[in-house]
Amino acid sequence: MPDQAEKSLYQKHIPIVTRSVKGQFRTFKTAVMLLAYTVYFLLPWMPWARVSAASQAILFDLTTRRFFIFDLIVYPQDIFWLAMLLFIAAALLFFVTGLVGRAWCGYFCFQTLWSDMFIQIEHLIQGERPARLRLKKQHWNLEKIFKIGASHALMILVSMWTAITFACYFSYAPTFVHDFFAGTGVPGGYFAVLVLTVLTYMAGGVAREQICLYACPYARFQGVMYEADTLAVTYDTKRGEGLKGRTIPIQGLKTRDERTAAGHGDCIDCGFCVQVCPTGIDIRNGLQYQCISCGLCIDACDNIMDSVGYPRGLIRYDSERNMASPTPHPPKVMWKRFKVLGYAGAILLMTSVLFYNIGTRSDTEVNIQQVRQPLFVLLSDGSVRNRYQIHIVNKTETEQTYEVTVHHIPKEALDMGNIPEIKVRAGKALAVNAKINLSHELAEKTHEFEFEVTQVSTGEKMELEASFNTPREHD
Amino acid sequence: MSQDNKKVTVETTGHVWDDDLQELNNPLPRWWIWGFYITFGFALVYWLFYPAWPIGNTYTKGVPGLNNITYVATKVDGTQETKTTHWNMRSKLMVEMNELHKEQKPYFDKVAGKSFEDVSKDAELMQFVNSAGKTLFSDNCAPCHQAGGQGKIKFAPNLTDDYWQYGGTYENIQTTIVGGRHGVMPAFKTILTDAELTQVSNYVLSLSGEPHNAAAAKLGDAIFHGDKAGCYACHGAEAKGNIAMGSANLTDKIWLWPDVLGAKTPEAKLGEVKTLIYGGMDKGVMPVWETRLKPEQIKLLTVYVHDSLGGGK
Repeated sequence: MPDQAEKSLYQKHIPIVTRSVKGQFRTFKTAVMLLAYTVYFLLPWMPWARVSAASQAILFDLTTRRFFIFDLIVYPQDIFWLAMLLFIAAALLFFVTGLVGRAWCGYFCFQTLWSDMFIQIEHLIQGERPARLRLKKQHWNLEKIFKIGASHALMILVSMWTAITFACYFSYAPTFVHDFFAGTGVPGGYFAVLVLTVLTYMAGGVAREQICLYACPYARFQGVMYEADTLAVTYDTKRGEGLKGRTIPIQGLKTRDERTAAGHGDCIDCGFCVQVCPTGIDIRNGLQYQCISCGLCIDACDNIMDSVGYPRGLIRYDSERNMASPTPHPPKVMWKRFKVLGYAGAILLMTSVLFYNIGTRSDTEVNIQQVRQPLFVLLSDGSVRNRYQIHIVNKTETEQTYEVTVHHIPKEALDMGNIPEIKVRAGKALAVNAKINLSHELAEKTHEFEFEVTQVSTGEKMELEASFNTPREHD
Repeated sequence: MSQDNKKVTVETTGHVWDDDLQELNNPLPRWWIWGFYITFGFALVYWLFYPAWPIGNTYTKGVPGLNNITYVATKVDGTQETKTTHWNMRSKLMVEMNELHKEQKPYFDKVAGKSFEDVSKDAELMQFVNSAGKTLFSDNCAPCHQAGGQGKIKFAPNLTDDYWQYGGTYENIQTTIVGGRHGVMPAFKTILTDAELTQVSNYVLSLSGEPHNAAAAKLGDAIFHGDKAGCYACHGAEAKGNIAMGSANLTDKIWLWPDVLGAKTPEAKLGEVKTLIYGGMDKGVMPVWETRLKPEQIKLLTVYVHDSLGGGK
């Protein structure tokens, strides 16, 4: 092996300069991008009437530990909703990937969206692929400085607005943006915006496909979700290569008939599928882990097939099984599979549980904790006292008053001290002391009783079991 | 003509062993290795700002003055001093404690500015009393009165029940905390004979309905109210005690110095009472807290003891 010395263990970054393309997948990608950006950038500015927090439709209020999502207020104790949401998201990813491959990567992932946007910024300022390649080779002159500088400046601006928007989800947007530019914002806000700006610019403007290739775990493990029936972006090797392989359409090999006769396939080796690929791979080498399945090579190839008058679909969404089949059918989504249906069932089940849980949430949360040190107190007249802490969370948007009473034991046994009724402000929690005094005879008989907490405004009653401890002989 | 047979081959390092064993090469991207080098640079900068290298019994503290922490420390005598040190976790904790104290102050001020009753009626303020009171109590009172205020028989009174030797009003409790207490009962071994001791002990047991010898108790009654022993002088003619001097109420079910409830047999109960009267008691000492706690802390503790633990009378 003579070339042993020249081998490097490190790979120089090969810049990927993509050609723009028109077609159905490009249109879909653009539509998703527009929708995603509209929602992401505008949502924090949506007003929503609130009492206990800023009037913003979506507000993740970390200081008061509450998430406001329209009329839903999420408290830390609702953390299992997040668990369910994550489960649903994971199952949805598995479901979609099993059906049509890495659709998430190709059309919805924010890395894809922001990279796509930044590539379009480059296209806008520096021109189409050949112009951009020329610019790259060019010596640094005014034109190059201006074009490269302007596109990166624009990327940084977009990154910054992305970062500011992100921060707006955690703070009242109008105040945050005003304070940010007035220089009176909190240090944490500036730090968050700085970090997110740098990360967005680095990920979308500089690293791009490197994130998908080297950093992203999804990219790697989605491979195992592919099955033989999964639709993947596939090059029809049989049709493209023919018997003697692909070749450019020189004189005598222009029409399909001439090519078939000569034993060549339909691929005219124009290379457009490689030029449009955002991860810079050649789909004709087969399914690769780098492929984010964005479908741009399909668009590119379809355009070429149209222009040379061959049928479309040399590169298409198709399944491994269908490609290998001697009698292939037109590509279609194969959903009648155990795994796919299983994921669908899991998604359906978890979504209904989540919605049921959210739908039946209570506006009040009451917990009773018995004071265990000491377990009971012997009073001077021989009666027995147990003490409790009643913890009430008022999840409504107004101040609420609560009254406490007891069942199964005399009403007078309850001593709430100087706080006969409990006022809890909107979105706040409060813990109050309660004492239960029972005569010696009653205490001997009582092991359990009930607290009843009534929300005065609605009359809603919550009953909670509590135990009563008495001095007993330990045998 | 044709460009086919462009087979994808895996790159190898070129090393071959045993004729066909090759080493594959999946080259890392160049920027990755640069990221690795940047961590070296990060470490160098870190050493300038933070404690890093151990040297004998000491360690490098970073460039002096580059990353200092200033905090206010309270010394043993209660005076405060401002300290500036190089960055370290302890100072960081002190800064956080300073901030927490600053956050607590408005609540302490609120407690200090209100009457006891008004504090106890304010549910939100009571929540603060509960949590801050628990901490103060655990730090200062729990060694004797135990963590939950339940006290310890023959040692420290239970603060969660409804009996208060020195009075259970807010003012009584505050006075107790501020000035401390010292409870004494004289020994009667030289004054009373053994028979008399038994009789008066039976009388004491009879007051709260504990098992006793009725005949002996009757004789004990006379001794209790007689001038030879003079028990009534402190415990009162009705034996209900006196909060002004902290003499115990002997008619209720609560015992502190003789463990009557813990004693299983009537003989043992009698023995407990008799031993106490025989030898007296000089252990009821509660220290003065005025010099150790701030007035607002004492006030908060008073409300905590009164409303969160026991109190009322």
